[in-house]
Amino acid sequence: MAVDKSKIRNFCIIAHIDHGKSTLADRLLEITGAVALRDMTAQLLDKMDLERERGITIKAHPVKLNYKAADGEEYALNLIDTPGHVDFNYEVSRSLAACEGAILIVDATQGVEAQTLANTYLALDHDLEIVPVINKIDLPSADAERVAQEVEDVIGLDCSEAPRVSAKTGENCGQVLEQIVKLIPPPAADDSKPCRALIFDSVYDSYKGVIVYVRIVEGKLKPGDTMRMMATGAEFTVVETGYMRAQDPEPCSELTAGEVGYITASIKTVSDARVGDTVTTAQNPASEPLPGYRKVNPMVFCGIYPADGADYENLRDALEKLQLNDAALSYEPETSGALGFGFRCGFLGLLHLEIIQERLEREYDLDLITTIPSVIYKINLSDGTQLEIDNPTHYPDPSTIASCEEPFTDAHIYSPAEYVGTIMDLCQERRGIFKNMDYITPERVDIHYELPLNEIIYDFFDSLKSRTRGYASFDYEISEYRESKLVKLDVILNGDVVDALSFIIHADKAYPKARKIAERLKDNIPRQMFEIPIQIGIGGKIIARETVKAMRKDVLAKCYGGDITRKKKLLEKQKEGKKRMRHFGTVEVPQEAFMAVLKLDDND
Amino acid sequence: MTMTDKTPGLYIHVPFCRSKCPYCDFYSMPVNTELKEKYIAATAGILSSLEQKFNTVYFGGGSPDMLGEENIAYLLGLVNRTEDAEITVECNPSGTGCEKRSFDFGVLSGAGVNRISLGLQSAVDTERRQLGRTAGIKEAGTAVKKIQEAGIDNISLDVMLGIPGQTEESLRTTLEYCVNSGAKHISAYMLKIEEGTYFHKVADKLNLPGEDEVCDMYLAASEFLRQNGFLHYEISNFALPGYESRHNLKYWHCEEYEGIGPSAHSFMHGKRYCYPRDISSYIEGKPPVYDSDGADPKEYIMLALRLSEGLVYDRFRQRFSKEVPDKMIEYALLLEKNGLARVTDKQFNLTPEGFLVSNTAILNLIGLL
Repeated sequence: MAVDKSKIRNFCIIAHIDHGKSTLADRLLEITGAVALRDMTAQLLDKMDLERERGITIKAHPVKLNYKAADGEEYALNLIDTPGHVDFNYEVSRSLAACEGAILIVDATQGVEAQTLANTYLALDHDLEIVPVINKIDLPSADAERVAQEVEDVIGLDCSEAPRVSAKTGENCGQVLEQIVKLIPPPAADDSKPCRALIFDSVYDSYKGVIVYVRIVEGKLKPGDTMRMMATGAEFTVVETGYMRAQDPEPCSELTAGEVGYITASIKTVSDARVGDTVTTAQNPASEPLPGYRKVNPMVFCGIYPADGADYENLRDALEKLQLNDAALSYEPETSGALGFGFRCGFLGLLHLEIIQERLEREYDLDLITTIPSVIYKINLSDGTQLEIDNPTHYPDPSTIASCEEPFTDAHIYSPAEYVGTIMDLCQERRGIFKNMDYITPERVDIHYELPLNEIIYDFFDSLKSRTRGYASFDYEISEYRESKLVKLDVILNGDVVDALSFIIHADKAYPKARKIAERLKDNIPRQMFEIPIQIGIGGKIIARETVKAMRKDVLAKCYGGDITRKKKLLEKQKEGKKRMRHFGTVEVPQEAFMAVLKLDDND
Repeated sequence: MTMTDKTPGLYIHVPFCRSKCPYCDFYSMPVNTELKEKYIAATAGILSSLEQKFNTVYFGGGSPDMLGEENIAYLLGLVNRTEDAEITVECNPSGTGCEKRSFDFGVLSGAGVNRISLGLQSAVDTERRQLGRTAGIKEAGTAVKKIQEAGIDNISLDVMLGIPGQTEESLRTTLEYCVNSGAKHISAYMLKIEEGTYFHKVADKLNLPGEDEVCDMYLAASEFLRQNGFLHYEISNFALPGYESRHNLKYWHCEEYEGIGPSAHSFMHGKRYCYPRDISSYIEGKPPVYDSDGADPKEYIMLALRLSEGLVYDRFRQRFSKEVPDKMIEYALLLEKNGLARVTDKQFNLTPEGFLVSNTAILNLIGLL
C-alpha cells in the first residue's frame, strides 16, 4: 500500500535539560496507544539507565506513532527524541535535519534557558517549523502566561496557540498532537529519484549488527538493495527495513521518501554508518550526498587507564563497543610511565567524557583512572612551526616555545538576577572576559563572557550549579584561538616525573595549584620504606615541594610457631592491598592519591 | 647452622593454660584432669606411631609445664630422637617458679630436656600484671635458678616490646635482667593486638606506646643485646653464639618438621598441614588437614629474610637450581642505600631497621621473583 506522504509528520522535541522532554514524549506514546499503560516506565525512550538517572537523553531514539487526528485522518508521526546538551550539538543537528518541525518545550516555572535558545536557533537554522509548548503547568510555581510572553519576547515565537500542558499529568497533551498535525508540514518527498537517506543515528545490536536510523529524503530503500554510504563508500546488502516502535521494531517491505525508519545490513561498526552520512543504492546512486555531513571532532581529551593493568584488553573491547554506537568518541592507545597501558580518548565535551566514563564503569564493570582533561593547544615554536597538542606529555621544551594559543569560547549564562555577582566572580576566577549582560526579564539575565575552554572543561558547570543553587544554565561555543601564557606543570615523585599527572595551565594559576597538588599527594601517599620527596615543577624549576616521611614499622614479629601458611596469608593480604597501587620507580601511589589530585577543584 | 637438615623436628602443642593472657590468640584452654589424660593418651598414641627420627623436639603452648614434669618425660620417652637432639620445653614462671608449687626441672633434664624457654615478657612487675602474668619477677628468678640448678644452661627468655606503659628505660631494665640471669637466648616480640583477644576489645583504653616508640625500643634492644654479645639472628630472636634455636631455625630454613597437638602445624614431604584448633577432634584421633604446599622460592625467601644471614645465593641456587634474580639484588641494593639491608656478593640480608619494615621489603622483593 502506497504511503500517503501528506499524512506524515517528522518532528523532534527540543528543550533545555529537565524541562520535560522525555516525559512529554512518554505522554505522546501513551495517547497514541504506542505503548500500553501497564508497560509504561517513566521515560521509555531513554534506553540507557544512565539516561534515566540523569534525566537526560544522550542518544536519539526515533519512534513512529499512529495518530487519528480531530480531522478524522490517520497520521504517521515520527518522533525523533534529541539529546539536549551542547556537547551533542552535532547529533542534535542531524536529528533536526531529519525533521520538518520541532516541538519546543519551555518549563512554565523556569522560562527560557540557555539550551532553549541554543536548540531553537539550531532548529531555525534547519528551517523547522517550531511548535512551542509550555510545560509543567501543574506545578504551583508555574506561570505559563509569563513564560509564554518570555518566549515571544526572547525568541519571537507566537505563543498565543501554544499548548499549556502538564506532561506529568497528561493535561492538554492531546493538543500537542493536534498542533503537530496542523502546523508541521508534511515532507516534500519524491519516490522516483535515486535514493538519498540521511543517517541521523545508529546503534549497535549484537544480533543484527548496526541498526541505522534514517530519514529517507528521496527515493526508496528495501531489503535486498545494495546500500552505499556516500561518505565512506562502504556497501552493504540491506537485510531488513522497518519502523521503530516504542517497544519492538516493526519490519516493513520498503522505506520510501519522507519516511523515518531503520535499516539493518549486517554492518559491523557504526563508523561504517556515520551520523550525517547519506545512504544511496549501488544500483541507482545519487550524484550528490545530502548536505551537512562532517566528521565530528573531539574537543576535550584525556587519558583513560584501567585501574588494574590486567583490564587493558577489556577496556579496549569496551571502547570499541562504545564506539560502535558513538562515532564522536575517539581513542588511541597510549602508554604512560605512571599508569601503564591505556587510551587517549577524545570527546565532544565534558559531559560526553563523563558519560563515557560512567558507561565504561557501569556497563563494562571497569575500574578506571582518568587523567586531567585537556583541550587542543597550539604551540608556536621559535623555528616557526606550530604544534597542536592535546596531551601534556607532548608539550615541548619551554625554551623552544615562542608563544602558545588556547581555544576561547563564547559563553552565555542564564540565571536569576540575584546570582549575577557570584557568577561574575566565578567567570573572573576562570580568566573570563566580560562582554555584556542582558536582562531577559527584570528577574533573569543573560551574562555573556569569553572564557578559555580549558577553564570550563573542568568542573565549571558544577561550580556554576552550586553557586546558583542549580538555577543558572550555561551554553558555549568555541570562538577562536588566542595567545596565552601557558605552562606545563610536572609532578615529580622521588625524582621521577609522573607523566599522568602533568597538565597545562595558565602561568598565573600555576603556583597555587602546584602547592595544592603537593599537599594532596602528601596526604594521600602512605608512608613507604623510604622518604619520598614530592616536587612540582615547571620545566626544570621546582615551584612546590613536600615530603612523605618513611614508614618505620611493618613487620610480623610474632612467631606463629611453624604456621608458615599464616605468615604467607598475611603477606598475601598485604599484597592485595598493593594491587591498587601504582608504581613510579620505587614509589607506590594508591589510586586514591591520583584521584585526589585529578579531582582537585576550586573548593580545595 | 647446617645448610639443609634432612632430619625433621618435632613440635608438640600443649594447649593448656592456667588463665588466658589478655593479648594471646594461641590455641589454649583451662585444663582438668580428665582432659589432660585424654590429651596425653592421644599424643602418646601419635608419638608411638611415628617412625622417623627427630633431631629437635619442642614442647610449646599454652603452658606445657601444666602437663606436669612426669608426663612431659613420659611423652618425650616415646619420641625417637637423635643423640644430639635439641629438646625444648616452654614454661611459665608462674607454674614453675613458685616456691609453694613444686616443679622438678631435674625430671625434665633427666628425661633429656636440654633447653627451657621461659615466658618472662618483662622484668617489671607492673608490666607483667598488664599482661595478665600472675607471678612476679621473683618467681621468674626462682624458675631460672631452678632450671640452672637442674643442669640446663640453655635458657631462653621471652621479652615483650610495646607493653602498655612500657618505656625504653623500663625495657632496658628487663633486658639487663635477662643478660644478668645468664640466659643464652632472648626472643623479643612486639606486642601485636590480635582480633578476638581481650586487648583487642579494650585497645582504645590501653596505654600503648606509639609506633615510633616501639620502633625505638626494638632498635635499642637490638643494640643493647648485641653489645652484650648476642647475635640478632632473626627478626625477633637473639642468641649467644651457638645458642640459636635449632628448632625454630628449621622454620626459617624451610626444613621439615612434624607438628602434633591441636592447632599444631607440620611441614612434611613438601606439604604443609595442621591439626584443627579443636581439642575434641584431636582426642578423637582426627588426622591433620592439608594447609598448603610449602617451600616454593617465594616462601623460601620470605623465611630466609627473617634471618640475619639473609638470602644466601649459593643455597638458593642449590635448592631451586636457579639464580636469585638480578632485579631482586638491585632492589636489595636500593634497600641498602636506605640503611634497610646489607648486600655482599654472597648474600643479602635485612638490617634491624630493615626488619622493622620487613613485610613491605619482603613483599617487594618476592614480587620481583
